[in-house]
Amino acid sequence: MSAPPKSAPPTLALVNVSKAFGAVRALQDVTLELHPGEAHALAGENGAGKSTIVKTFAGVHRPDSGEVRVDGEPVVFAGPADAQRAGVAVIYQEPTLFPDLSVAENIFMGRQPRTGLGRIDRRAMHAATAELFTRLGVDLDPRRPARGLSIADQQVVEIAKAISRDARVLIMDEPTAALTGQEVARLFTVTRTLCEQGRAVLFISHRLEEIFALCRRVTTLRDGALVATEDVAGLTDDDLVRRMVGRDLDALYPKQDVTPGEVALKVSRLTREGAFTDVSFEVRRGEIVALAGLVGAGRSEVARAVFGVDRWDAGTVEVDGRTLPPGSPTAAMAAGIALVPEDRRQQGLVMDMSIERNMGLTQLRSLRRASRRGPLLSRRVERDRAADWAVRLQLKYARLSDAVGVLSGGNQQKVVLAKWLATEPAVLIVDEPTRGIDVGTKAEVHRLLSELAARDLAVLMISSDLPEVLGMADRVLVMHEGRLTADIARADATEETVMAAATGRPAERAA
Amino acid sequence: MARVDIRGAGALLRWETAVTALLVIVFAGGAGLSPDFADSGNLSFALGDLSETALIALPMTLLVVCGQVDLSVASILGLCSALTGEFWNNGWAIESIVPVVLVVGLVCGLVNGLLVTKLGLPSLAVTIGTMTLYRGLAYVVLGTEAVAEFPERYTDLATSSIPGTFIPYPIALFAVLAVVTAVVLHATGVGRSLFAIGAQEEAAYFAGVRVKRIKLVLFAVSGLVAGFAGIVYTLRYGSARADNGLGLELTVIAAVLLGGVDFDGGKGTLGGVVAAVLLIGLLRNLLMLDDVSTEVQSIVTGVLLIVSVLTPRLIAVARTARDRRRGRPAPV
Repeated sequence: MSAPPKSAPPTLALVNVSKAFGAVRALQDVTLELHPGEAHALAGENGAGKSTIVKTFAGVHRPDSGEVRVDGEPVVFAGPADAQRAGVAVIYQEPTLFPDLSVAENIFMGRQPRTGLGRIDRRAMHAATAELFTRLGVDLDPRRPARGLSIADQQVVEIAKAISRDARVLIMDEPTAALTGQEVARLFTVTRTLCEQGRAVLFISHRLEEIFALCRRVTTLRDGALVATEDVAGLTDDDLVRRMVGRDLDALYPKQDVTPGEVALKVSRLTREGAFTDVSFEVRRGEIVALAGLVGAGRSEVARAVFGVDRWDAGTVEVDGRTLPPGSPTAAMAAGIALVPEDRRQQGLVMDMSIERNMGLTQLRSLRRASRRGPLLSRRVERDRAADWAVRLQLKYARLSDAVGVLSGGNQQKVVLAKWLATEPAVLIVDEPTRGIDVGTKAEVHRLLSELAARDLAVLMISSDLPEVLGMADRVLVMHEGRLTADIARADATEETVMAAATGRPAERAA
Repeated sequence: MARVDIRGAGALLRWETAVTALLVIVFAGGAGLSPDFADSGNLSFALGDLSETALIALPMTLLVVCGQVDLSVASILGLCSALTGEFWNNGWAIESIVPVVLVVGLVCGLVNGLLVTKLGLPSLAVTIGTMTLYRGLAYVVLGTEAVAEFPERYTDLATSSIPGTFIPYPIALFAVLAVVTAVVLHATGVGRSLFAIGAQEEAAYFAGVRVKRIKLVLFAVSGLVAGFAGIVYTLRYGSARADNGLGLELTVIAAVLLGGVDFDGGKGTLGGVVAAVLLIGLLRNLLMLDDVSTEVQSIVTGVLLIVSVLTPRLIAVARTARDRRRGRPAPV
């Protein structure tokens, strides 16, 4: 935790870099130095300029003014290939590997070792890959195909690829967003190893605790301008949030006290073979119930089955006392269930469709009724409703007719929430509602959930973010390997009790 | 990150405008080049010649917008033509033949739809298979025989125009159905669902859209319309043969793509397709009047198709390059 050595020049640096896109000033006079052996955090809300910095380092963007320096020497990256040759590697949140090629082939794509006859030397390739994994301290089979690897393992493959190319700077753009706690821990171990080898790491995450756990220094951006570069030691969460948001944030977990009402959602002995077994729980009106557990414990699968996008094999689901047929999202919607799914890009939104049409997609029936012209939709009502929800959720957008894909992640999530809240549900299921969302929007989503519950909605919240679970839930249900292992009241829910149930360790039963 | 064009709707509009403009140019140019072209008799013939292509293009547009394709339409047309001939040979009345043949078309479409929705097979593969299957059935029904001598009362219906106009009856029906299809596609919930399925099927499903049911109905309608086109074809040429309409599916798909519908689904308008159908019809007619061989005709259609698929991509590439020079933001 000491200051970087002043003697060696930074491995990679931006010096007084400005970059504008049309009228938008994405970066203004930003200086950022990455020293050998340091893990450096980059913090800021969505739109603060983090991506522009990543893309400038990666050779995708060129600065309008200022310069990029490698080992203290000014360089111009004509494209990503130049940046790669200079030793810069970017590890994205969701790597794109060739699924049908082996792990080793992915790592050595285009640079496969050859035998004397010019054929690919698989033995050498597998050995080299195994050696890379040993150096990283991970246990992966070089021969297995990339298909089916967890996102965490895919990232490790990308890191191995970067190291095999002698990358000296690794830029990790929100690598932990989709990882479980254990996977994050392994990623950190790997990252520390890289730093000990003298490589520089730029680490981007919305999770403040990760920045504190991993990084020595942190650079904070706001609206494209540098706020501060400072040692992490001595900073608090609140300090960092204040630098990012520019003001004191209202409570991140603004949970209102409620008195639970009638049972809205009753799930009894629900089983889907291979996914979850004998799951029973209730969610009452006014209640926020969290569903915690490790990724792969079957939480999203339960949500999918309750909403009807997957069938179940046994058990029942009741909404306000009415039994639902299995496998019918339409019936679930009619009964008043709404699901904000885990994967916003694939399941939550039609990216190429406009904001208003995305919101309208759940309400085609009522838009038809509103038109009073047979099967025709009322576009006026559709636009009015969309405008109304945009105001209520403080959506930041240019035009409602813009494709939803141009919005930031947080605003996209607001559109997903809007399209479901517009159906006036009795039960709202949210699956990782704040994943990949900046801290300001996260607080807004939490406030919204709290208000909705206070207005008698039953909320089931799946989350891998433990502080969120503890901060927002009236009750915490925990799943482990497809089974419900605990039902913990708010008062008794702690990191220890939840994690014990999530990992299947025996814990004293909460009273 | 999917590249999203903020001005996508505008570009689409421009594409249809371009096709329509081309249509006007071809028409004006044709009238200038060949005195016979603008003759109402010739126009009537040119339009009539389009009947089957135009009719089948309507459900095909819906299918392609929804990310599907039906390659078996021409074979269904052939099968229904062969059945019409066979039944006629057996002494059936046209009034009994038509409903039975339409049911066969519908069933053919349902089989496609069930294979796609129940077994989750890609429609391209399914309909390549059924294309061969249905054409084979057509030969089983009629062999290489041709059945002719349908009564004029009925062939007239397929060939003559609405009195006082140059519009053949099948094209008049097409016009009505085109309006209905345009309304369904662009103003109803079903149409909205089609675009959503074509653009992002999973998200549509998660929003409660009945993806499978919609696909099944579309394939059924496609089969029904192809069956009807088979009857029109038979009566128009006064000849029922198993190989009727061979290769017609490609002309239909060419028209749909030329009309600006994205083969990947999620984008397109019916107006563009109607303009493209007419454009193809007029071009063919012009080439025919100039005694250009059918080989050259198909070369022209092919080039037109490639250009139509290529041009939007080139425009997109050029726009991206320009934006990069001007330093517009890549969508975040």
